Order: sequence, then C-alpha cells, then structure tokens
Amino acid sequence: MSVINEMRLEFTATSENEAFARLAVSGFMLPLDPTMEELADVKTAVSEAVTNAIIHAYAGKPGMVHMSAAYDGTGELTIQIVDHGCGIVDVQRARQPFFTTSDSEERSGMGFTVMESFMDGVDVTSVPGEGTTVRMSKRILLRDDAFPQQA
Amino acid sequence: MLCFETKKNTLTVRLSGELDHSAAKDIRRELDALIVQTDARKLVFDLKGLDFMDSSGIGLVIGRYKLMKRRGGSVAVSGTDAHIDQIFKMAGLYQLVERLA
Ligand SMILES: Nc1ncnc2c1ncn2[C@@H]1O[C@H](COP(=O)(O)OP(=O)(O)OP(=O)(O)O)[C@@H](O)[C@H]1O
Ligand SMILES: [Mg+2]
Repeated sequence: MSVINEMRLEFTATSENEAFARLAVSGFMLPLDPTMEELADVKTAVSEAVTNAIIHAYAGKPGMVHMSAAYDGTGELTIQIVDHGCGIVDVQRARQPFFTTSDSEERSGMGFTVMESFMDGVDVTSVPGEGTTVRMSKRILLRDDAFPQQA
Repeated sequence: MLCFETKKNTLTVRLSGELDHSAAKDIRRELDALIVQTDARKLVFDLKGLDFMDSSGIGLVIGRYKLMKRRGGSVAVSGTDAHIDQIFKMAGLYQLVERLA
C-alpha cells in the first residue's frame, strides 16, 4: 500500500468522543468520495472499536485512545484504534457473536461481529495488562470522477 | 433525542440523532421511567429519524424487550433503514421483536 494520505489522533477515553471519532474519520475519507453506505459502514465500525476502548479497556479510568487512518490511490482505507487499557485475555473468544464481559451495562456482545460485517478485514492484537490494537481495512470503490489527487 | 406518544396501551417512542453508547445511556433512563409511568403494554421504537446507530441500539432494544416481557408486554420497531436492519438481523433481533413497516 503506497499511502497518499494519513492522519493520527489522540483523545481522552470518554463517551463524548465516540461521536468525535466517527466525525473525524468521515471527514478524513471524504476525498475518496464514499457512498452513503460506505460511510455508514466505516463510521459504525469505528464507533464499535472506539466504544470498546472507552468502556472495556479503561472502564472509567483515565486514558487515551489513539486513532490513525490512511488510504492509498486504489481507495484501500485502513484504520487503527489503539488503547493502553486492560487488554483481552482470549481474543478469539471475545470476537464470538454475543460474547460480552459486561453485564451491568446493556451490551449485546455484537461489536466485533458488526466490525467484521462492515469492513473487509479486522485484525485484533491484545496483551493483557498492556492494551489492544484493532486494525481494520476497507476498499472504497473509486468512481471515475473522484480519484483522489496523487501528490 | 426522544419524543413519545401514547395511544391506548401503546407507547411509541421516536428516536432521532445518533444512537451510540453515549446516547443510549440517557435514552434508557428516560425510556424506563416512561414505561413505568404510562404502564404501556406495547412499546414501539420508531427509528425513522435516526442518523446513526451501532451495536448500542441492539442492547437498548433487547434491554427494553426484557423489561416489557417482565411486565407482560411486547416490543416492536419501525422505520429501520437497510443499515439498521442489517445490524438487527446480525443479532437475531427480529426473533424477539416485531418489525413494522
Ligand atoms: N479494547 C478492548 N479492551 C479490553 N477488552 C475489550 C476491548 N474490546 C473488546 N473487549 C472485550 O471483548 C468483548 C466483546 O466485545 P464486543 O464489542 O464484541 O461486545 P461488547 O462491547 O461486550 O457489546 P456491544 O459492542 O455489542 O455493545 C467485550 O465484552 C470485552 O470483554
Ligand atoms: Mg463493543
């Protein structure tokens, strides 16, 4: 992937920033002229990953969420969401539909399933006690009139 | 944002704006008070006005389904777009709540 645009953001792990993260990614991918559907897919996946960092990784304790994104000239978009929170002991289990460790809040355990359905690829690496990295990719179909400007 | 209307035993709740984890917390509190207050037998979520929803919407609807069931009532959803439908179907939600046009 030869990146033609990239961005990095760092924000407090607080639920107000869920909307901010979605908006930031929408704005960043705008030059790719995504369809409403592609935009909704990416916003939803980002919302899931960022919400997980806020409510599971830090669970109310102070911390920062790191989000970065990049795309290349073919419309391949990658997004990475990193936290330095509690980490996930068994990632494969966590990714199962309906698996949740939260019972006080009304979580459905469908976050990872939603990310997988709306993105082309989802990769999760986690170290208990150190944090979690979620890497997602999606090919945004380029329309003739909307090829991003190559530098 | 939440608007509501009651007709006979039915409480219809119109949600607008974005339904994420942050918004769901407030909606849940308001809605549970309304359910008790109106003593509704049927709760209808009208989601036509939603601009965004993630898996928090599943939690919100299933949570109300459980509450209404305990109270001897039921839940339905209406005004779902293709995106919301896809999320609800992933969770098998339409096995629990009726989907109105
Ligand atoms: N960044 C993270 N740090 C620590 N644990 C995580 C993280 N992301 C996910 N998890 C764990 O994986 C589980 C499954 O996550 P998933 O997003 O699929 O469901 P959920 O967040 O529990 O519910 P939902 O997303 O449907 O509201 C979580 O309950 C949590 O235990
Ligand atoms: Mg989640």
